[in-house]
Amino acid sequence: MERMAKLKKAPEDMEYILVTDVGSTTTKARFFSNKSGEWRFVVAGEAPTTVEAPYEDVTMGVQNAVREIEELTGHKILAPDGSGITVPYEHGSGVDLYCTTSSAGGGLQMMVGGFIKAITAESANRAALGAGSIVMDVFAEDDGRAPYQKIRRIRSLRPDMILVAGGTDGGDTTHVIQLIELIKAADPKPRLGVSYNLPLVYAGNKDVRPQAQSLLGENFALEIVDNLRPVLEVENTEPARMAVHELFMEHVMSHAPGYPNLMKWTDVDIMPTPAGEGMAIQLIADTFKKNTIGVGLGGATTNVYSVVDSRFVRSVSANLGMSYSVSNVMKEAGLGDIMRWLPFSRDEEDIGRRLSNKMIRPTTIPQTLEELIIEHSVAREALRLGLGHHKSIATRLKGMKLGEGMDRGTFFDQELAETYIDMLTLEVIAGTGGLLSHAPDRIQSMMILTDAWQPEGVTWMFQDSVFMMPHLGVLSTVYRDAAWNIFDKDCLVKLGTNIAPKGMISQGSEVMKVSWTAPDGSEFQETVRGGEIKRIKLPDGVEVDALVEPARGLDVGAEPGKSLEAKVIGGIGGVILDGRGRPIQLPDEAEARRALLREWFAVLEMYPAEMIGKLY
Amino acid sequence: MMAENNNSEKNPDEAFAYTPGLKVKRSMIVSEERRLPLLGDILVEKGASVSYDTIVAKTEVPGDPELVKVTAILGIDQNEVHDFLFKKEGDKLQKGEVFGRYKAFFGLINREVTSPLDGEIESISKLTGQVIIRPEPVPVEVNAYIPGKVVGIMPREGVVVATQAAFIQGILGLGGEAHGEVRIVVDSPEDELTAERISEEDKGRILIGGSLITLAGFKRAVEIGVAGLVAGGMNYTDVTEIMGEAIGVAITGHEEIGTTLIITEGFGKMNMSTRTFNLLKSFEGYVAAINGATQIRAGVLRPEIIIPHDEKEELEKEGLSAGMTSGTPVRIIREPNFGAIGKVASLPVELMRVESGSKVRVLVVRLDDGTEVTIPRANVEIIEE
Repeated sequence: MERMAKLKKAPEDMEYILVTDVGSTTTKARFFSNKSGEWRFVVAGEAPTTVEAPYEDVTMGVQNAVREIEELTGHKILAPDGSGITVPYEHGSGVDLYCTTSSAGGGLQMMVGGFIKAITAESANRAALGAGSIVMDVFAEDDGRAPYQKIRRIRSLRPDMILVAGGTDGGDTTHVIQLIELIKAADPKPRLGVSYNLPLVYAGNKDVRPQAQSLLGENFALEIVDNLRPVLEVENTEPARMAVHELFMEHVMSHAPGYPNLMKWTDVDIMPTPAGEGMAIQLIADTFKKNTIGVGLGGATTNVYSVVDSRFVRSVSANLGMSYSVSNVMKEAGLGDIMRWLPFSRDEEDIGRRLSNKMIRPTTIPQTLEELIIEHSVAREALRLGLGHHKSIATRLKGMKLGEGMDRGTFFDQELAETYIDMLTLEVIAGTGGLLSHAPDRIQSMMILTDAWQPEGVTWMFQDSVFMMPHLGVLSTVYRDAAWNIFDKDCLVKLGTNIAPKGMISQGSEVMKVSWTAPDGSEFQETVRGGEIKRIKLPDGVEVDALVEPARGLDVGAEPGKSLEAKVIGGIGGVILDGRGRPIQLPDEAEARRALLREWFAVLEMYPAEMIGKLY
Repeated sequence: MMAENNNSEKNPDEAFAYTPGLKVKRSMIVSEERRLPLLGDILVEKGASVSYDTIVAKTEVPGDPELVKVTAILGIDQNEVHDFLFKKEGDKLQKGEVFGRYKAFFGLINREVTSPLDGEIESISKLTGQVIIRPEPVPVEVNAYIPGKVVGIMPREGVVVATQAAFIQGILGLGGEAHGEVRIVVDSPEDELTAERISEEDKGRILIGGSLITLAGFKRAVEIGVAGLVAGGMNYTDVTEIMGEAIGVAITGHEEIGTTLIITEGFGKMNMSTRTFNLLKSFEGYVAAINGATQIRAGVLRPEIIIPHDEKEELEKEGLSAGMTSGTPVRIIREPNFGAIGKVASLPVELMRVESGSKVRVLVVRLDDGTEVTIPRANVEIIEE
């Protein structure tokens, strides 16, 4: 990362690497080796995270997870005297590199502020999210709240850190100073105790730096960096993002239980889990040179990452998730939207009760098919909401001057306020997180992602095999080649390709024709009608050049009605020919909807047919 | 969650060690940290005896300040702000009091700025023309919550109070700290805590029900002024109605719902575990301290029922859960058989495919009625004895 890694061996001389992710519930250790001549994943070890009482020392959970690896491999990694991880590998024990990501204790929780909500505050929000934080609140001069309300909010939230922007360089100073005065008056206290100063990054108008220093320097751990919006047309979030990372290490992590020790163990700075996950998604985009969108659907949070025309944006939805946050998904989506994905009839009390019970016992897993399908329905909604949140962040820069004059001042183009996330231009979807990685059949995760995000045109789909994207993300910062090889061979599971025309379809009428010549020379051709979905088996490793011919008015990426030639990849799920329209049309009438879902599930072989029949 | 793992042979069990059973102890030393929100004064000494309401620490939390944009109101420049104010930093103001005036054109223009609250001028900014007025500090006191002895002092932060007590954790609570006399209002853990079972005399008491707190029962309790309600479960839709909205993130304790509510097993009609029920029953008539505060995040905070007593009994250790072996009593915490209680019959080493299709680590539980069921290890919790 930003600071120099303290590597004990040059990457090319390394033989064993250990990476952990200290998650909010589970510490996940992954062990890698290049003994076979290339870097590969060897084994996983997991143990409960020990950040809270009665343990209050994360290194215990790390040691337990690593001990499991030792037991499974016979390879000694922990120092015999309990002092941590043996680095480098010598005389048959130890590893050459140890690094970790962390989201324990709720991750990095930030508040951000700017002068104008849609301009500097929004850029500050993106910078904080880019650093892997959870943004608790965004405040701005024009956020509709009175100063006293903002002050009350700042005081009640107890963030880990604050990021303040505001004003372009050489622009407004008064309002920015007012904002700083407001923060000073609020005198917020850090979450992890009252014994240290709250870290604050100032990344606003450079003319206000002296005042920022004099007003905030005493009571905050203040870091002043380049303006993240030096002029309206430019967003420069990198200095702020790096400062957030530095302060996270120096002031936040060092106050979390056991972290001072863990920081000594690692050869590379500890990275927030979403930051590691985001790097993995960037790795995919870089490698395929395609616009990519990825998601980490976790127990507490849903993190969405997009790389569109090389612009990387991350969103962290703090309260969308499959265990701790499952009730919040239910609250935000509404039970009706969750239940629309159920192929069987259940009443709201029943579903509400089951999901609430999952929330209060977050580590339980679905034993029955019925429970699995209910969780998969929630996952679709969590992903849908997470994408919505992401779209609100992945926007074009707002506030750029389009014209001056008129009477006076500037007017802004509202058109620019829209997101640039367009499913038709996104070519790759990748998923990670417990529910997706652990779905009993990969076609289930492929369809959960498809139903939730509704890819358009020709979209390649991938997922994490056993949850190691964060690990490989942090590893890629010091040893990209090793990270990529493991990523390619052991982490990235090819699900296949989704082909779906964009536009409203009419049931039963022709939607598209898809054809290709298989590597064995055989010809494939299939016609898809409105409302139909087909699963074509095309194995992992096979790629074909497909011709997609949409019906009039429907778009697969080459303008409405125009044919598209595109590379289609095979995978565990194969090729999904999706004629359900975009947006997917589900019947309003409940029994008709359930019947249609049953039909789709059967065609796709999503769930065991003999079992699913008993659920209705 | 766990399932088939394509690359590693062993599938680690993420859950079982994380969800040790909720504590249900007849006699242990319960200690409670009583912390101030900000540094302040400690009012008791180490070794002092305290009761529920003894104030052990206090502080003053600065009031929420108001920012007054004087320059905008008076129509003056920032650097003139001192010229038009007739109060200075540190001066007291009353709500509505005029503390600045701009006059021009022989009084034709006369603008005034008034204080929006009772308070003190904290700062007058020449940079922005903002005046910050801060109200009187709000005194905050922390009581002992449980009777006992002060066993530790955290200088300026708070104290630790300890007592011998029965200690029972619930699974989810609403509302904060309360105390009152324990009364069992049902005959068995299967019975529901209904409105009919609550009488006027229950004002200030903590009522123990069986399997379900009905909505009518809850409303009746609030009407009468019951201090707390404890039962196995409550319906999801009823909780939503009580809260006025669906529970989103389970961080509770601050709800103002008229009483403190604790469920011990889960949502829906769920028989209170016999052990919990019997323990509570044996302390009927005692005074209990309860707290509904729950945080279901890493380091779960569960609602609690503390019943101080001085019975001469061997104290139970608050050990960390040792894990399961054959014979360990467990409760099933997910469908199917949710709520059923039994003992571990066996713990097969190999992964097994369950109905959902996942290959997971399982255990065989012999239920109280003698039948054996195979379920994922993640779906049981140990009943600590």
